[in-house]
Amino acid sequence: MSTPVTLRVENISKIFGRVAAVDSLSCEVRRGELLGIIGPNGSGKTTLVNLITGFVKPTSGRIIYDGRDITGAAPHKIVCLGISRTFQMVRPFYQLPAFKNMIIPLYSPRVRQQAGGGYGDRDAVALDLLEEVGFERDAHVAYKPAGTLPQGYLKRLELAKAIALAPDLLILDELFSGLSLAEVASVVPVIEKLRAAGKTIIMIEHRLKELFRIADRIMVLNYGRKIAEGTAAEVMESEEVKKAYLGSEE
Amino acid sequence: MKKRRERIDRGIKVRSEDIYALCSWREMLYLAGPRVLPAAVFLLLPLFLGVYWQKVMLSVAVFALLAMSWDMLAQSGMISLGQALFFGMGAYVSGVLNFYFGLPPWITIPLATALGGALCTIVLLPVLRLRGIYFSMVTLIIPLMLVRIIEATKIFGGTEGLSGMTPLPAGLIEVYLVTGVFLAVLFGLRRLMETDYGLVLKGIRDNDRSVTNAGINIYWFKTQALFISSAIGAFAGAFMTHIYMFVGMPVFALDYSILPIAAAVVGGVGTTAGAALGAVLLVPLSEALRGIGGLRIVMYGLFLVVFIVAVPEGLFDYIQRKYHQMERWVEIDK
Repeated sequence: MSTPVTLRVENISKIFGRVAAVDSLSCEVRRGELLGIIGPNGSGKTTLVNLITGFVKPTSGRIIYDGRDITGAAPHKIVCLGISRTFQMVRPFYQLPAFKNMIIPLYSPRVRQQAGGGYGDRDAVALDLLEEVGFERDAHVAYKPAGTLPQGYLKRLELAKAIALAPDLLILDELFSGLSLAEVASVVPVIEKLRAAGKTIIMIEHRLKELFRIADRIMVLNYGRKIAEGTAAEVMESEEVKKAYLGSEE
Repeated sequence: MKKRRERIDRGIKVRSEDIYALCSWREMLYLAGPRVLPAAVFLLLPLFLGVYWQKVMLSVAVFALLAMSWDMLAQSGMISLGQALFFGMGAYVSGVLNFYFGLPPWITIPLATALGGALCTIVLLPVLRLRGIYFSMVTLIIPLMLVRIIEATKIFGGTEGLSGMTPLPAGLIEVYLVTGVFLAVLFGLRRLMETDYGLVLKGIRDNDRSVTNAGINIYWFKTQALFISSAIGAFAGAFMTHIYMFVGMPVFALDYSILPIAAAVVGGVGTTAGAALGAVLLVPLSEALRGIGGLRIVMYGLFLVVFIVAVPEGLFDYIQRKYHQMERWVEIDK
């Protein structure tokens, strides 16, 4: 491939007590691609995201982003370099209207730096961003307290918060979980639009069918190790992957 | 004909925002009343009070400042059990500046506000990463430690303290100085916490990971909140130094930590105005109870318990809710 590597994870490990959540894992993400990461529960997917975004410090190994070593950097600094993520468990500010939830990311130094100083009217920008992820403007959903919104909107709010930071690399941690088929179908175009805009995306998913449809490449983790990598078809052919998902026959 | 009470939210509230607020004097009054009225009472009251009750008012304003400073910190996710640290730091800084360097109060008070705030922030900087009860414990311990340090090293007059400070011009000037600052802090903090900046501070309280994930350095914001809060407390301390013309170990007493919290809890946590309202109720009550002697603290404690059980949401929230609601009697058919 000719496209440059934007994120390189080198031999990274994270050991919690006596358990290696991520075990000397290496991988690369190329600019503009959509990498899907799958694996059974507890295989270290979220820990890997936490390592990349700085929320967890690695026991060993290096993370290089755009030629810069970001291993162990503070999470807020990593965001300002252009990596933003969503959380698996959404915890919005329940009493605040949905669009007011957007104010905090819009207050970010990253936004100021990208927009060349100031974003102008944050409320207006927040409403625009929410409309982009599917908050229908006429229905006034954006004005309702976040606590009253269904899961589908909360996940989209989480996505909008990540997009607000104008990331180059977007990491979506189980964005589809807890969403109905219809809700997933409404989010997929948003992701495709982001790809068209040239964003690099890493998606962690349990919803394989939806993921395989949009991902360029799939990486499979089990017990903190990479057990397969390739296109969706290649990955599903792998004996190791079958064993991890269906259990070994021994 | 039977009747029942029907509750309606005032339609006026919905319309009282933006340009609609200027539609009629009723709407303007509805909005301005709850803000202007207390301010006016505070500004006019000293003219009608005797010397004793003027002193009580000083005390009200000082405790209200401490309570609001506590509340602001609480809104930013830091529960302090040591407002005495802020108060005492301000008191000692202005005391030392006045005693050793002979600076007049109009220099020592602003200087002690800034310097005391900065010192408190520096002292608490290492524990800024602690959350919840751990942060609280440290804030509780530090003023107690400082008292022992002063006692052991005999620094700044030791147990005797420093006395003979320059007094403020007595009478209305001292009352209006502290009242003015009190009103400025009350309206200023309420405005501040409603801005996007305040929203970030409240965000840190509710979900600090989410704020970090927005690329915001939460420790830098917490430091700023700590400085604002401790500077307010330090002002109160610096002011009282020149009122008492004395500064000593009692400025780190537990009273200055506990009473502001009681005031904020009675008035309603997280509203700023609630903290002020609590101080307005509790300080005069404490004064009025002086007459009954030994049982004063018991009565005071009883009052606190009754309030917290009866209005757990806080008095200010309760009043605010009722202000926006109207009840009317409607006839029930049948």
